[in-house]
Amino acid sequence: MITVHDITKTYGTQTVLNIPSLEIPKGQSFGLVGNNGAGKTTFFSLLLDLIQPTTGKIINNEVQVDISEAWKPFTSAFIDETFLIGYLTPEEYFYFIGELRGQNKADVDSLIGTFENFFHGEILGQKKYLRDLSKGNQKKVGIVASFIGSPEVIILDEPFANLDPTTQIRLKQIIRDLAENNDVTVLVSSHDLIHVTEVCERIVVLNKGEIVKDIQTSTQTLKELETFFGG
Amino acid sequence: MFKHFFNLQWKSFFRAASFKTNLAFKILMIFGALYFIVVFLALGVGSFFIIKKAGLGDPLRVVNQFMIYYLVMDLYIRYMFQKMPILNIKPLLYMPFKKSAVVKYSLGKTVFSFFNWMHAFFFIPFSIVLITQGYNALDVVAWHLAIMALFYANNFLNIMMNNQDRIFYPMVAILAILALCQYNGWFDVTLYTAPIFDAFFDTPWAFLISILLLAWLIYASFNYFKKHMYLDGGLASKHTEAKSEDYTWLNRFGNLGTFLKNDIKLIRRNKRSKTTVIMSFLFLFYGLIFFTGGIEMYEGPIWSIFAGIFISGGFLFSFGQFVPSWDSSYYPLMMSQNIQYSEYLSSKWYLIVIATVLSTVISAFYLYFGWEVYLAIVVGAIYNIGVNSYLVLWGGAYIKTPIDLTSNKKAFGDKQAFNVKTLLLTIPKLVLPLIVFAVGYYLINPVAGYIAVALSGVLGFVFKDQVFKMIEKIYKKEKYKTLLAYKQTD
Repeated sequence: MITVHDITKTYGTQTVLNIPSLEIPKGQSFGLVGNNGAGKTTFFSLLLDLIQPTTGKIINNEVQVDISEAWKPFTSAFIDETFLIGYLTPEEYFYFIGELRGQNKADVDSLIGTFENFFHGEILGQKKYLRDLSKGNQKKVGIVASFIGSPEVIILDEPFANLDPTTQIRLKQIIRDLAENNDVTVLVSSHDLIHVTEVCERIVVLNKGEIVKDIQTSTQTLKELETFFGG
Repeated sequence: MFKHFFNLQWKSFFRAASFKTNLAFKILMIFGALYFIVVFLALGVGSFFIIKKAGLGDPLRVVNQFMIYYLVMDLYIRYMFQKMPILNIKPLLYMPFKKSAVVKYSLGKTVFSFFNWMHAFFFIPFSIVLITQGYNALDVVAWHLAIMALFYANNFLNIMMNNQDRIFYPMVAILAILALCQYNGWFDVTLYTAPIFDAFFDTPWAFLISILLLAWLIYASFNYFKKHMYLDGGLASKHTEAKSEDYTWLNRFGNLGTFLKNDIKLIRRNKRSKTTVIMSFLFLFYGLIFFTGGIEMYEGPIWSIFAGIFISGGFLFSFGQFVPSWDSSYYPLMMSQNIQYSEYLSSKWYLIVIATVLSTVISAFYLYFGWEVYLAIVVGAIYNIGVNSYLVLWGGAYIKTPIDLTSNKKAFGDKQAFNVKTLLLTIPKLVLPLIVFAVGYYLINPVAGYIAVALSGVLGFVFKDQVFKMIEKIYKKEKYKTLLAYKQTD
């Protein structure tokens, strides 16, 4: 689904990302871990054509992302709060995204209906604008919005951060369900090693912009990661 | 302890992102500040003689007569622009300071605000002139102190009002009505207020009243803040109850409707955009300066087109100039969603066009000054729709200023709005129509001038699709730079 060719990103003399090659097959649930400054968000931003690569290219389903915009209809993402429109209510925001992705109100209603459990009664019908929600609740909205319109690629940057324990557990289930669907490729980054190993089939470790580990998740993976980051 | 506070303040000033602007703008700012200082100084020195020469009576009494308006205007300006001192003390709350020290510091800081000492540039020279002109020095000093105390009282009054719209707007409305009454000679409020200000001069001890008032306000605001220094009290940001709105009638416009819906919500629900709409409403009255013959320089026929462009284009200039910055806080979302630039831009364009047409309709009251005046406005509107609407969208691509929708900061100008490209773009916006008009007016006849300007507007309208494609290309080219710039908030 996603192929990376010789991608590098350099600011001044500092190379923040350098991935000679990476292939993410369709339907895979892909986890990205690394310390602060490892290049996770840079990689996701490159995937979404929010920054320009210094060299190389990224192909998303046969579309080179920095040349054509044809990847947009089947790709969705939640990176941070800049993906939210603060002066809308959650419902309005969902409908707005829905309309952009060719979904009518009923489609959106039925989709967000399935996430009532995840929202925990704190999102819908609250008479609050997104800017007035707590960080965790904003995140819930952003994550669910990225599921609207049956995207084939979903990119979530640090989805577990700021969420309460109940929601974290529910989110894990949601991502697992998505992963079971072989048409959806999920890319998740996280600082929480336990969460990623639980939901991702494959885990890639970034360190100072380079891939240092590429693991198919197994029962030993958590131990391996803990040794890597602990040492 | 104050050493720490002072140190923090110093750093926050010199390390602010806005401080690192380009040199040209800094120089411009300094000149701007100097200009105002000079104007105030000149007024301070000169107004005594001007009033005297005009035969309006005792200059001190005249100044006192209008003092009430001056004070309320000052309060109004403060309300709009003066920043609340409490915004950045959250991190200090749990520090080992006494709360009263934090409050003292926050309130004390406001004393040095430009909004306070700018008045001194008028009142100090004015008072000196009074003394040299033979007024009793002691009385003048007392009067001076009393008046300055009132301006400082405004400072604390403004803090106490702390964005209470329901107190503020009625107050301004009452003042506007009183001013109107006075202008029309129905009722003169200054007859009742002037004696108060006169008393500061006439009665030796009266100035103490004003100083006591100031002292009381300082004391009251100190207590008020000390009591409200909790995260869920005075420091909490105000939340308005949200109402979902559908605007389903816009659905028929497809994707364009989606953006229009969003833009309407954007304008209605954010402080900054509301201010912009109010500003563009005020533009409607800009023409009064021209057409009432208020300023001689503006009496040439060419200036009527200039006025026409501004009257109908208030929204165009104040809102359009900042497309796409209005969406800066969620620009990454817009750039990764399934969005065509052309639809996004069209939505903004339609908003501008609708607002321009509305302004033109409302400005029908200019017919009072003759049909030629209104013709100039209509022609200006046509040019605005046909040419200027593209130019502001085009220029917007280069103004990469993130907008904080929830605050009025920078609502009236911004350093990055001044760059060479946007300056160059003002030439076709304002100068070109004047030239086109002048050519028609002087070479053929006045009507030809109007027709020429209108025609260039129509011509622009015809090429809408081509121009949009070009603007789209520029937006795409600037995309990464824009995204980067919007990340830098300050």
